[in-house]
Amino acid sequence: MSNAILECCDVRKTYQMGPVTVNALRGVSFAIHEGDFVSIMGPSGCGKSTLLNLLGCLDRPSTGRYLLGGDDVSQLEDDALSAIRGTRLGFIFQSYNLIQQLSVVENIEVPLYYQGRPEAESRERAIELATRVGLAQRLDHRPFELSGGQQQRVAIARALVNDPLVILADEPTGNLDSSSGEEILKLFTDLNRLGKTLIMVTHDPDTAQICSRGIRLRDGVVESDSRR
Amino acid sequence: MAATLQSAGSQGKKGGVIAFFRSIDLVRLSRAMRLGVKSLWMHRLRSLLTVMGIVFGVCSVIAMLAIGEGASFEAQEQISRLGSQNIILRSLKPPDQQKVSDQGSQSFVLQYGLTYLDIERIRETIPGVSIIVPNRLMRDYVWNISRRVDCEITGTVPWYPSMRNHRVQSGRFFTQNDLDERTDVCVLGAEMLPGLFPLDSPIGRDVRVGGAYYRVIGVMEARAKPARTEEGDSNKSAAYQMFIPLTTATTRYGETLIKQRSGSFEAERVQLHEITIRVANREEVIVVAEAIKDLMLHHHKKKDYEMTVPLELLKQAERTKQIFNVVLGSIAAISLLVGGIGIMNIMLATVTERTREIGIRRALGARQRDIAMQFLVEAVLLSGTGGILGVMLGIAIPFFVSHFAGMKTIITFWSPPMAFGISAIVGSVFGLYPALRASRMDPVEALRHE
Ligand SMILES: Nc1ncnc2c1ncn2[C@@H]1O[C@H](COP(=O)(O)OP(=O)(O)OP(=O)(O)O)[C@@H](O)[C@H]1O
Ligand SMILES: [Mg+2]
Repeated sequence: MSNAILECCDVRKTYQMGPVTVNALRGVSFAIHEGDFVSIMGPSGCGKSTLLNLLGCLDRPSTGRYLLGGDDVSQLEDDALSAIRGTRLGFIFQSYNLIQQLSVVENIEVPLYYQGRPEAESRERAIELATRVGLAQRLDHRPFELSGGQQQRVAIARALVNDPLVILADEPTGNLDSSSGEEILKLFTDLNRLGKTLIMVTHDPDTAQICSRGIRLRDGVVESDSRR
Repeated sequence: MAATLQSAGSQGKKGGVIAFFRSIDLVRLSRAMRLGVKSLWMHRLRSLLTVMGIVFGVCSVIAMLAIGEGASFEAQEQISRLGSQNIILRSLKPPDQQKVSDQGSQSFVLQYGLTYLDIERIRETIPGVSIIVPNRLMRDYVWNISRRVDCEITGTVPWYPSMRNHRVQSGRFFTQNDLDERTDVCVLGAEMLPGLFPLDSPIGRDVRVGGAYYRVIGVMEARAKPARTEEGDSNKSAAYQMFIPLTTATTRYGETLIKQRSGSFEAERVQLHEITIRVANREEVIVVAEAIKDLMLHHHKKKDYEMTVPLELLKQAERTKQIFNVVLGSIAAISLLVGGIGIMNIMLATVTERTREIGIRRALGARQRDIAMQFLVEAVLLSGTGGILGVMLGIAIPFFVSHFAGMKTIITFWSPPMAFGISAIVGSVFGLYPALRASRMDPVEALRHE
């Protein structure tokens, strides 16, 4: 087994809402290895999105350690977290989250833009990835001119552009009809076969079927962690 | 120091101001600008309306400066034409006398005004007074065969041009000899040449006034417009001027001028219409003016003269300009403030509207300062565009004002860059708070925003 690229040790997250303390995560520990394709499932409100935000360095755990690529990133400063997100992570959201005023290729370039990569190089890479997700003919289209499935493919290309350690997807097929959903999932399995590590939150057991590993959360703790 | 900055870069410790400026490279800035243009272009109308405040602020600054500068230039020009070392006395028909002459339809001779005696008195009692130019003014038609021009004929002395900063364009002015000999020579103002001698040079030719002929010996430079102060209110200002020796004027016209006015004759006897006194030392002008005022007050029982001190007018004009500048500055400041608040308002709305975009960018690796710069650049682009439009409008307006209203306007070379610079500063000042607000958003919250 390859070594862990991502490791959580007793990660907790509490939200303080006035007098009420919400324990969104209550001691989550697991390790994810290179090439894993992990699904995270669980009932609504069990903390899936909270966990994914922590894994995505969009938020810091209240306590516990989180190692990403061997570095403890659990208590880093904001700028450092931004740098980590830009270089080691790829995001795919349920609602695509493309930037409306940018074209397809410009959307794909955004992560490289914030790393200050040369423009020509970024453009070349963005076009390459757009081609890979089947949008070579749509480079100059704007997001609102695309279907949901196409938009999500742009988002996938964007998540791949910085060659991240791991891709995090929060219900990537949640807004799509079944056929476009399947296309997206097919892209995921292809990526995984090429060695990409993916973590995907989903509600749908069938979707979870294609993953190589399934983590189940319940009330902020890992209920089960199974490998297929 | 370098080591700590290095770690600030890699470890993400807050690097402070230095790190912030280090992080702004031109490539990022130009990208941020292109992105800003795109975002603003998406909301064209809104951007345009936002920018209007700045446009009008900037354009009013430039236009008003230009108009003020032009007016003050014109005033100074007119005053300097009178001569800053001069004191000018003019005969004035006393108001009560005028009434009497209007009532009685019978003709009688009205005697008033400055006299040769006045000149003597001034020369004898007031020290530091050098040249005294007496003038007599007559209104008459000047003829060249069948062409005719309504003209103000000035009987004066040879040193009139140097006193009034009025240059001879061609030929010569008359001399002491002409004055002594009472020769029939004249010098024409260049303004009347098209009406009188449209085709050829007037020099050496004769013009007729009444029954007398005068040989034209010179032409005076054209003056832009008759200065109101110079012409006074008593005689309707004539654009055309002709100069003859004072002695000749006295011989020809005598001391009694007869005017025919709606049935009744009106005759007035005025020895001198105008006296120009030059004070040798510029510092003494005001003091000498006071002395002359007292002297005149003592010897003229009626107020049948008026006194103009160009230097005082000059000082007044300067004061007026200062006040104008203060008022202008306040108006400009207020309008730019309003424009700035408009920008701030729209930027706050934009930040709220684009919360989700901010979240996305943060997720994709944008640092707080990247977000801040993005919105700051947009604010500066807005105000800068407003500044450019304002400068263009501000340059166009004075042009139209001069063209259609005939007012002189001067756009000083520094006013457009200054106005533009201020507008850019307004953008960055009022864009700062919205930009900081955008940058401090929590990424998770921002991504959840609908
Ligand atoms: N910002 C917050 N402030 C307070 N409580 C929060 C916050 N974010 C999440 N929570 C709480 O933490 C818990 C876990 O929320 P989370 O969004 O992770 O659930 P989820 O598993 O993603 O649910 P769903 O499947 O509906 O998306 C919930 O009880 C939620 O109310
Ligand atoms: Mg969720």
